This record gives sequence, structure tokens and C-alpha cells, in this order.
Amino acid sequence: MEKSIKRYFPVFLGPTFLAFLIGFIAPFLMGIYLSFCDFRTVTDAKFNGLSNYVRLFQDGEFVHAFFFTALFTVTTLVLINVIAFAVALVLTREIRGTNVFRTVFFMPNLIGGIVLGYVWQLIFNGILARYDLALKISAAYGFWGLVVVICWQQIGYMMIIYIAGLQSIPGDLNEAAEIDGANGWQRLWNVTIPNMMPSITICTFLTLTNGFKLFDQNLSLTAGEPMKQTEMLALNIFNTFYGRVGYQGVGQAKAVLFFILVVALGLIQLRMTRSKEVQQ
Amino acid sequence: MRSKAKGGWFATILFTVVSVFYVAPLFIVLINSFKKKAFINLEPFKLPTEKTWVALENFANAMEKYNFLESVLWTVVMTVGSVVVILVCTSMFAWYITRVKSRATKLLYLLCVFSMVVPFQMVMFTLSLVTDRLRLGTPWGLIIIYLGFGAGLAVFMFCGFVKSIPIEIEEAAMIDGCSPLRTFFSVVLPIMKPTYISVGILETMWIWNDFLLPYLTLDLNKFSTIPITIQRMQGSYGRVDMGAIMASLVMAIIPIVVFYLSCQKYIIKGVAAGAVKG
Repeated sequence: MEKSIKRYFPVFLGPTFLAFLIGFIAPFLMGIYLSFCDFRTVTDAKFNGLSNYVRLFQDGEFVHAFFFTALFTVTTLVLINVIAFAVALVLTREIRGTNVFRTVFFMPNLIGGIVLGYVWQLIFNGILARYDLALKISAAYGFWGLVVVICWQQIGYMMIIYIAGLQSIPGDLNEAAEIDGANGWQRLWNVTIPNMMPSITICTFLTLTNGFKLFDQNLSLTAGEPMKQTEMLALNIFNTFYGRVGYQGVGQAKAVLFFILVVALGLIQLRMTRSKEVQQ
Repeated sequence: MRSKAKGGWFATILFTVVSVFYVAPLFIVLINSFKKKAFINLEPFKLPTEKTWVALENFANAMEKYNFLESVLWTVVMTVGSVVVILVCTSMFAWYITRVKSRATKLLYLLCVFSMVVPFQMVMFTLSLVTDRLRLGTPWGLIIIYLGFGAGLAVFMFCGFVKSIPIEIEEAAMIDGCSPLRTFFSVVLPIMKPTYISVGILETMWIWNDFLLPYLTLDLNKFSTIPITIQRMQGSYGRVDMGAIMASLVMAIIPIVVFYLSCQKYIIKGVAAGAVKG
């Protein structure tokens, strides 16, 4: 059977492979190469070794964006996962209206980042205007504004994953622990959470990478204001490419570093939580 | 028993209050879309009064001045086209690389998984150069780009499912004289229906809301999408028409909410499936 399928490879593989080549492989390889070049367009690219990478570390805005992003990611990672887990615990009990609540909490997820940013800009500015303030005058407002938007958007998503995880834990495990005299808190820590590690792995992985890669909400809510103080990594890279003439090479070097960072963080995180997973 | 029921009621009341706050931002945008634009920033939390009410004027403005409907049309073309193409092409691709075992197919699989973790910023500049050179900067051309860039997740999910299909079913079809193409379309495809729905929903959510990829690759003099139009309304310095923005936000959100409420079951299942595999 394998042999007869094999002959059909142009039909089965052709379209996707070609698109993959144009849409991913070629830009990716070109991107790596161009990060070592000085260029405006591709045709005038001149190899200049590591100098883009050296210039990147001298860029204070980039370093600031890194720490801002890191702080933001840690904050949202903790908040989203703790809240989503707690909500999932409650909503898997038999309470009235569970389905309605699930529907409501999940909904913001489907709305795009640009739209969400402008929805919340109206809300935040409406609240702050009462005190004669505005969202874009302080980095702290921008930071917490972004945290609220991302929590609002992603808690529902993580909640769905946690609910699926909770429902797959066999009920007799908890019953056995209860008969053995474990109280609710002990059961949570010693039965539920160890069995939930696969879901926790996924959710922390998603919140970590989503936080680091955040772009749309950042652009629409604060656009980096005031004075680029709320600019996150992805937006910083974008602005380096399209806002500063002669910095395309540095932008590409930032992009490569960003890519390595996201992959490395993802791998470290997976390794850390995977090791705590238990076999069922 | 009694205390449990009490706790249950408490949770219900608490979550009802939270839910109201949860949908409040969307509701506030909705009421503001019927207000005169000068009053939106002044009193965003008040219901429209006789003085501030403008009926559908903001909606008309958004459509006339900013061609909002046209960007809806292009977003639909791009999303539907890309999702259909992604579903057909990547499922065939996934079936082939799972069934034909060789070093090349293994490498293709790894490449797809790898592409899932690469952030878009890594390729955005070079991708816009490529699309420019190949003249793919139209909603139709972007279908190819989305197929390439969205292939990773789709192939990964389809491969996971194909592995669970017993190969005997396909062998039986081939012995009965089906060509591989016929086997795929009349035997494998129907079995994979749930995965098609999951992948379709995930890709739809992504492409419909995607801002940066079309923003960098589309010919913006001729085409626009919903997120791009909204971003441009706000980004154009000088007079920002808050009324038109509110109306556009409402028009952007309503189709999503309708879509969500009508196939909520599939969406939540699809998301859970995609997450577990991711």
C-alpha cells in the first residue's frame, strides 16, 4: 500500500510543500542570513558579521522592552493560571448556571487583539477620566491595563483546558482519599493537582509564549506610550523595522534573538512541568 | 448536603455578578455606538439620552467613510478561502507523511512542528519581501501564505488523528481497487470529520483576527481587513471619529458572537483538542 501511495506525492505533498516553502522556509532562512547583514532592501544586503547583534544590546529601548515583557509575562502567567484553575474547580461542581458561565468566560477569546485593545481603551479612559487621568500618561496604567485585558481574554481559554483536565481525573481517586480522611485542601494538593499536571503544563506553556509574543493588544491599547515605556518585545521589533531607517538589520537580529528566546523559554518550561507529571 | 447546596448558591450568585462585569465592556461599546461622537469620550458609561442619541449615523459613517463593508468582504474571502485550502491540502499532506514512512517524511513532520513555535516577528520582514516579489499581496494570494504559515498546527493535528485510524480500513479500500486519492477522499476524509472541525475552528479564529500578517503583506491601497481598518481609524492622527470606531467595533464583534453562540459546542471542543495536542 505504501508504494502505491508514494507515487502520488505531487498531489498529496505538492501544494502544502510549495506554500510552506514560500510562506515559511524561505523567509525563515532569509531572515537568519539577513540578521548578519546591513541592508535596506534585500538586493543591497552586505554581510557585516555580528555587528547587528552588538548594536542590539546597546539599544536601551530593546533592553527595557525585554524586562517589561518578562515582568508582564510572569504577572499574567500567575494570575491567569491561578484564577482559571480556581474557576474550573468551581464550575465542575454541580452549581446552577455552569454552562452559561463557561460560555460567558470563554467568549472574549474569539475577539481579535486589535478590537479588544480599543474596547478596553474606551473603558480605561472612561474610568481614569473621572480623576483627570488617561491611560497613556503612565507606564503603570499601561502595564496593569494590559494585564487586565489579557487576563480577561485568556482566563476563559485556560479554564476550558483545566475543566477538560478535571473531568478526566477518575472520581474514585478523590473518593478513596476522602475515605482515608483527607480534607478538601489535602485532596486538592495531593490528588487533584498532581493529576492535573498535563493541563498545567499546557496552560503555563500557552500563557508563557502568548505573553512573550503579545503584539496586537499592545499596539492597540497603548502603542508603547508613554515614551515607549509600555513597548513590548514584539512591538519593539516591529518599530525597529518600520519606524527607524537603516535599522532593518538590527531589527532582523532582534527577531532572531526573540525567536531563540521564545523557543528556549518554551523548552525550559516544558521540561520543568513535565517532570512533575504523574503516570495514571 | 445542606451546606453544599448553600455553597452552590453562593457560587452561582458570585459568578453571575462576575459574568455581568465580564460582558460589560462589550455592552458599553454597544451603547456608545449609538451616541454622538463628541459624547463618547465625555461620558462613556451613560446610556444615550435624547441629546446624545444619533441612531445609526455612526454605522453609516463607518461604512461610507472607511469602507467598512468592503473590509468585511475581504476578511471573509481571505478567511474562508484560506481555511478551506488549509483543510484540504494539509490533511492530504498529513495522511501522506504518516502513511509513507521515510526519512524525508519524518523531516517534513519535524519542520511542521518547528514552524509552530517560530514567532511571526522572525519572518515578518522577509515574508513581506517575498509576497511583494511574487505579487501575492492580494486576499487571494494571502491564501497561499496562510497555507504555508498555518500548515504547522494543521499538519500536526491531522497527523495525530491519522495515527489513530486503523490502517486496515484503508488497505481494504485499496484492495477493492480504490486509488490512493479515492481512498483518501471517500474513506479517510469522512473518518477525520471531527478533526476537520477542530482545525477549521482554530484556523478561522486565527485568520479572522489576524492583524500583522495582512497589514504587512496586503496591498493596502486596494485591500483592507477588519482589524486593519479599525487600526487605521484610530491611528490616523488628527480627527479620530470615535463614533465610527465604536460602530466598527460593534460590527466586528457581532458576527463573532453569533458564530460562537451557534457553534459553541464545536468551538470549545476544538480549542480543547488543539490545546491538548499543542
